[in-house]
Amino acid sequence: MSEMTYLQAISDGLRQEMRRDKRVFVIGEDVGVYGGAFKVTLGFQEEFGPWRVIDAPLSETAIVGGCTGAAIMGMRPVAEMQFADFISCAWDHLVTVAAKQRWRAGTPVPITVRLPSGGGFSGGPFHSQNPESSFAHIPGLKVICPATPEDAKGLLATAIQDPNPCLYFEHKHLYRRLKADVPEERYETPFGKARIHREGDDISVITWGAMVHTADEAAQQLEGDGISVEILDLRTLIPWDKQAVLQSVSKTSKALVLHEDTQTGGFGGEIAATIAEEAFEELDAPIKRIAAPDTPVPFSPALEKAFIPQVDGVAKGIKELAEY
Amino acid sequence: MAIAREAEPVGSMHEVREAGLDHEDLLAVYRNMLMTRAIEERGHILYKQGKIPGSFYTGRGNEAAAVGVATAMGQEDVGTPLHRDMGVHVTRGVEPWRIFAQYMGRADGPTQGRDGNVHMADSRLGLLAMVSHLPAMLPVAVGCALAFRIREEKRVAVGWFGEGASARGDTHEAMNLAGVRKLPVVFVCDNNQWAYSTPTYLEYATEHVADRAEAYGFEGVVVDGNDVLAVYRESKRAIEKARAGGGPTLIECLTLRMEGHAVHDDAFYVPKDMFERWAANDPIERFRNWLYENADLSGEQEDEISAGVKKLLNDALQRAEESPLPEPSTLLDGVFATPEDLDTPHHK
Repeated sequence: MSEMTYLQAISDGLRQEMRRDKRVFVIGEDVGVYGGAFKVTLGFQEEFGPWRVIDAPLSETAIVGGCTGAAIMGMRPVAEMQFADFISCAWDHLVTVAAKQRWRAGTPVPITVRLPSGGGFSGGPFHSQNPESSFAHIPGLKVICPATPEDAKGLLATAIQDPNPCLYFEHKHLYRRLKADVPEERYETPFGKARIHREGDDISVITWGAMVHTADEAAQQLEGDGISVEILDLRTLIPWDKQAVLQSVSKTSKALVLHEDTQTGGFGGEIAATIAEEAFEELDAPIKRIAAPDTPVPFSPALEKAFIPQVDGVAKGIKELAEY
Repeated sequence: MAIAREAEPVGSMHEVREAGLDHEDLLAVYRNMLMTRAIEERGHILYKQGKIPGSFYTGRGNEAAAVGVATAMGQEDVGTPLHRDMGVHVTRGVEPWRIFAQYMGRADGPTQGRDGNVHMADSRLGLLAMVSHLPAMLPVAVGCALAFRIREEKRVAVGWFGEGASARGDTHEAMNLAGVRKLPVVFVCDNNQWAYSTPTYLEYATEHVADRAEAYGFEGVVVDGNDVLAVYRESKRAIEKARAGGGPTLIECLTLRMEGHAVHDDAFYVPKDMFERWAANDPIERFRNWLYENADLSGEQEDEISAGVKKLLNDALQRAEESPLPEPSTLLDGVFATPEDLDTPHHK
């Protein structure tokens, strides 16, 4: 074990994968000499050379489309979007080409796209979004949202070796804020297996990414009130661990779905609908959703705080549900 | 003013030999062009008979461009042909019965009924299945070339697009990345002068699409797309240049789409005399005449080739019609790939 930040764990996982598998290469804007906007690939070009750590022109379409071609030719490309927001420019290549190629033409597209996502630092409307639900809606794409350094490393290894297009959402606000023990050796964290971040009896909070930690702080606040909160970290949205969610809900009988993405059409709706369909009789209260309001992500700290679900707001929601 | 080089037509048999084709190769080129047209003519009939669901597209007029380029590709090279490029599939060796099965949505089509028309490819032949968002296949072709460059393989990728597709951003990004990294890729523009109903002057403002190549740091060539030997010669040059590390080339094959965008479209917007002019310059007729004059093609040989194509197609159609419709229960299969699915000629 070695103590690493969330960012160091991503970097470590990627480096290990590149050392053991020559098919893996990195392509993105400023990933080479500069080491990436957030320095995830710092020092990589020195170690792996300019043809495995490729500084691309400002061309998200060509980066992701190029990864698709290279993957079909037997490589294991890892594309870095400088910010998850810029994936909009490569939407077509993920959704039109990569997602459908296995199903309709029999040629899998094993690519990983790293997506620094999320807000909390005044990144404004174009450097703070959490577009995971847009892609969760597309059959053929996998969606990964690690919440801890250990998962960040293990899920990245799984993504790179997975034979499908994997969207790996790394939350920027966790990059340097989170530090934890991470195994030094290589390991794969399986997709579709939720993690119980905190065990509890009264309420299930189902969430992922940075909101796991927001929920955790809220749960700590509520300890004094005698409310026992279970936090389920989904880890991956596609595939998502339905069984773990239903199991937790049948234990607590109350469910709160929490995400940093905006509410309408957010993935929380899918979870809530599934609980309603499959565990309605287990419930003692209506399912509650807490998500960002349906606006673009604001810049000013005062507005951003009103946008991203905060600890107090989540604690209030949990309490309301407990009192129902 | 044109910037791209305007390629000369091919003249003598001597010149053709120098470009790497012998007599047998020439007959194969002729046969592939005939086969391409025959498959699509037959498809058109099937469509009118109600045997092909959806819509139906042909590449009539584009046979020389498609077959010429594909003939210049090496066994290990790969390509992303589009909907006017049936000749590429034929030249690379697709089994015609599978094409008919694809057209009719049968289980034995290359996409097993999941996609239609020429939205298909046999990966064993080094081809990647196109999507409807046509220029999207160019970055994919560039990515194939990137893989070859990373692994230092002497292989080349060929990416097709039309003059309509040239207007979209994918085309720019693909060419720019390929130019910057000097990747082993050849871009082939099937300029058939009509993007659905939109004429060239509403798609691009330069004289030729190939004029853009200079802006990306590589050579652009305009070639008569109805001259199969000129297309072959220019493609061969470009492919071997890319293979040798000389970077990309943009080849523009100028032709005319001899039918509507798809068979529902009567192309009323194309001037009649334009069709007449280009019909007189039909790529297959033209090559047949050339073979008579320069390669000692005999009437007997010609008949033999035509009869062979006809027989093959009749058999193919029968076999395709015997192919079952896909089982609805298979609908969900393969949305996600398994590790075993990676066991393809490409992914190895």
